[in-house]
Amino acid sequence: MASEFLADITTPLIMGILLGGLYALIALGLSLVFGVMKLINVAHGDLVLFSSYFAYAALTMAGIDPILSLVIGIPLLFVMGFAIQKYLLSRAFAISMEAPLIIAFGISLIFQNFQQIVWSPMSRGLTTSYALASFGTGNVRVPFAYLLDFIAALVVMLLLREFLSRTYLGKAINAASQDRRAAQLMGINTGRVYAFAFAISMVTAALAGVFLGLTFPFTPQSGVSFLIIAFGVVIIGGLGSMLGTFIGGMVLGLAQTLGGYFFGAAAQMLCAYSIVIIVLAVRPQGIFGR
Amino acid sequence: MPQKTLLKISNIDTFYGGIQALWDVSLEVKSKEIVALIGANGSGKSTLLDVISGLISPAKGSIEFEGKSITKLNPYQVVGRGISHVPEGRRVFPELSVLDNLILGSYNRTARSRKEQNLTIVYELFPILEERRNQLAKTLSGGEQQMLALGRGLMSNPKLMLLDEMSLGLAPIVINNVYKALRKIRERGITILLVEQNVRRSLDEADRAYIMEAGRVVLSGDVADLRKEKEVKKAYFGV
Repeated sequence: MASEFLADITTPLIMGILLGGLYALIALGLSLVFGVMKLINVAHGDLVLFSSYFAYAALTMAGIDPILSLVIGIPLLFVMGFAIQKYLLSRAFAISMEAPLIIAFGISLIFQNFQQIVWSPMSRGLTTSYALASFGTGNVRVPFAYLLDFIAALVVMLLLREFLSRTYLGKAINAASQDRRAAQLMGINTGRVYAFAFAISMVTAALAGVFLGLTFPFTPQSGVSFLIIAFGVVIIGGLGSMLGTFIGGMVLGLAQTLGGYFFGAAAQMLCAYSIVIIVLAVRPQGIFGR
Repeated sequence: MPQKTLLKISNIDTFYGGIQALWDVSLEVKSKEIVALIGANGSGKSTLLDVISGLISPAKGSIEFEGKSITKLNPYQVVGRGISHVPEGRRVFPELSVLDNLILGSYNRTARSRKEQNLTIVYELFPILEERRNQLAKTLSGGEQQMLALGRGLMSNPKLMLLDEMSLGLAPIVINNVYKALRKIRERGITILLVEQNVRRSLDEADRAYIMEAGRVVLSGDVADLRKEKEVKKAYFGV
């Protein structure tokens, strides 16, 4: 009996942790931008989806592997992020704290509708041989794409941490997020630092988009659902903390798969969001929040 | 020996949320001087420092540093010219280590190449910072944070330092240490513009002083002369 239960629960445990990797990957950029500029980038999900569709175009039109398409996708989203911050958001920041939020809503709507027009509301997927493969033994089978999600999230999280704590630009991003005025007085061009931070968050979005597409089918509306999941992740982990976001992803992923295991598939997201509410009530700054 | 003018502020007007904060303020700092800027709370001293460092742009008037206009520069550009503003309340980066705080002080290009030399100088001035270099800045005491703020300001390789309320909220013995550091900074040939509420103390250190009231400069001159002024005596020394 006990061993049977163990075998049964192993699958949701592994799936939850690996799925958490994808959630964390989507949430890392959201968390970075919030930590640095105190902006809740509601367009994050749609920009992630933009990357999914870009990889879809590369795959279906040119036969380029989705992961390989990141060679173009990453620089493309980096430049887009830099430009969005420099030419749109920074001007809005000069007006008030609410203005950039409204701009972000606008960007979200534009991308959603752009994707709707170009790709239709039909469901698409980045179908590759390795994305469909699975691994494991006996009753425990896990899709290979889930493992890729987890590895990608772990690598991105560690690289971001190293970047923020070791490089001059990373330290400046950190400093500007802690005290913008003092950062300016240190000779830091905070406008440029913000643009880089946003651009880097878009690099994580580029990666998230591809791995999302390898794992799940997507529609132009998926950006919103994944934005809500990413919100949950950063609330659990603590906004602005990279390690917290990573752990937050695991917690949400586990809550979802274990919820499904114990209470049925319909209860999956209910369990996930109950965890979010519990964290908000008990530790509103998140597990790793300051 | 006539010293050359380092900083020249002419006829500055500044508005702060629709209210005029500075009225026709003019001020000069000569090379190697310590100039004190004194006056009551809200008289415009800190605002003037913000205008110099580019955090606030003036509505009227001009600021020259080493003979060149810096009136329209952004804060990061002003730092590059050699002006370091140590703000009121220290404003160290709480979640960064002492060393990272110092390293960020030399973010501008000219200072970055001299980072190692400047770090040695700062550690000589404040040995406690070397001892605590791996601690987070928020774990330092108030006095140590002030040392860190001064050290961080020195890391930008400044010719002129703007020091805002260095002694605010510190114990008397700590204030002594801060002022000792001030003298050492001066010995390195760095010019200082000092904003203080602690009038006695700042006049003890300064060569010249400007007295501000309600956004205007009302008196200025050598410290020795100012001490004799009746109004100054009454207002600040209670005689």
